[in-house]
Amino acid sequence: MRSEMLRDPVLSRPRPRAVTPYKKSLAEWLYLPLFGGLMVTLRHFVRNLIKGPRYTIEYPEKRRDYSHRFRGHHILTSRPDGSLRCVACFLCATACPADCIKIESGEHPDVNIEKYPVVYEIDMLRCVFCGYCVDACPEEAIIMSNNYDMAYFHRDQSKVGKNDLMKPYTFDPSQLGYRPHYPEEDAQRAKMRREAFNLVQAAREAGATEVAS
Amino acid sequence: MNPAADIDREVAGNVLTTTYDKIANWARRSAVWPMQFGLACCAIEMMAVLDPRHDMSRFGAEVFRATPRQSDLMIVAGTVTEKMAPIVRRLWDQMPEPKWAMAMGACATCGGPYRTYAVTQGVDRVIPVDVYVPGCPPRPEALMWGLLHLQRKIDRMSIAGQKGFRSKANLNLGGDRR
Repeated sequence: MRSEMLRDPVLSRPRPRAVTPYKKSLAEWLYLPLFGGLMVTLRHFVRNLIKGPRYTIEYPEKRRDYSHRFRGHHILTSRPDGSLRCVACFLCATACPADCIKIESGEHPDVNIEKYPVVYEIDMLRCVFCGYCVDACPEEAIIMSNNYDMAYFHRDQSKVGKNDLMKPYTFDPSQLGYRPHYPEEDAQRAKMRREAFNLVQAAREAGATEVAS
Repeated sequence: MNPAADIDREVAGNVLTTTYDKIANWARRSAVWPMQFGLACCAIEMMAVLDPRHDMSRFGAEVFRATPRQSDLMIVAGTVTEKMAPIVRRLWDQMPEPKWAMAMGACATCGGPYRTYAVTQGVDRVIPVDVYVPGCPPRPEALMWGLLHLQRKIDRMSIAGQKGFRSKANLNLGGDRR
C-alpha cells in the first residue's frame, strides 16, 4: 500500500516544510490593480454613453411597445349613436373570478333593446386583468386597452364608473388591447389561408393531369 | 384649542418654512429607499423594476434596504395573509419617520381574487397606505407610475404643518365596502 502511494505522482511529491505567506508587490501595496478594474468599469460606462445600445426605456416619456393583446384598463364600447353597447346581461360579472364588476340594469327606452346598465362599475384594484369579461361578452361591449398606468391615492378612486370607462379612450387603434376580434389580423390570416388552399388546389390539379396523361 | 396646532398654523405660513419645505421635499422625493420585502409573485415584478430595462434608480429609488430601519418606503408586493399581517405591521413600526407605504397588486390592495378568511382584505387594514397600484401583477412601469404618484404626494408635504402628513387616525379601517 505504502509503495503504491509513493509511486503516486501527487502523493510522492515532497511536502512543504513551512507555509510562506503571500508577498504583495509594491503595486499591490499601493492598490494599483484596483484602478485597473475601475478603468474597465469606466471604459464600459463611456462606451455605453457614447455608442449605445441603451437598454433603459425612459418610461414616463417613452413607452414600451406592447402587444395588441395586452390586457390593461377596460373600455366600454358604444353604438354609433353614442350609447353604450352593453345590454346588462351580467355575463361578465358572472365570469369575473375576482368579482370586481358591479352592474345594475335598467329598462332601455328602445323596445328592441331590452336592458342597459344604469351602473357599471369596475373595481380596478380587485381586477386581476384576466380578460374573461371580454371573452364572456356577447355584444363586444367590453374590450381592453393597453393602458397600464393606474395608481390611486385612495381606494374609492379605484371604482371606475361608466363614464370613465368610456371617456378617456377614443378608438385610436394603437391604444386597443385585448379584444375578441382583430379585423386586420383576421383578414391577413384569411388571405394566407386562401393562398395556401389555392396552392394545394393547383398542386392537386397538376397531379391529376399528370396521372391522367 | 391645542396650542401646538396654533403654533403649527403660525409657522406653516412662514416664507422660510416654505422654502425649506421645497428643499426637504426634493431631498425626500429623490431618495425614496424601498424595503426589500416581497410576499408573492408581485415581488418578481418589483425585482424587474430594478433591471437596466426599466431602471427605477432614475427616480432615486434603487437602494433596496434589507432592514426596515434604513428604508423610507414599504412596497407591499403580494398576498398578505392573516398570518403575515402582524409581521407586516411590525416591520412598518420599525421603519423611521417619514415613511410611506405602497400597496402593489390586487392582493395587497384589497385581497384581489382571494376573498377568504386566510387573506387580509387589503393591507390598508394593517398599515396606512399612500399609493395603490392595481394589476395582477402590475407591470414594472405601473409600479414606477405608482412611485411617481408617491413623489407627487411627497411634494405636497410640509415640515411645519400637518398638511400632507398622514395621521394615524386616518388609517383606513373601513375595509371592504361592498
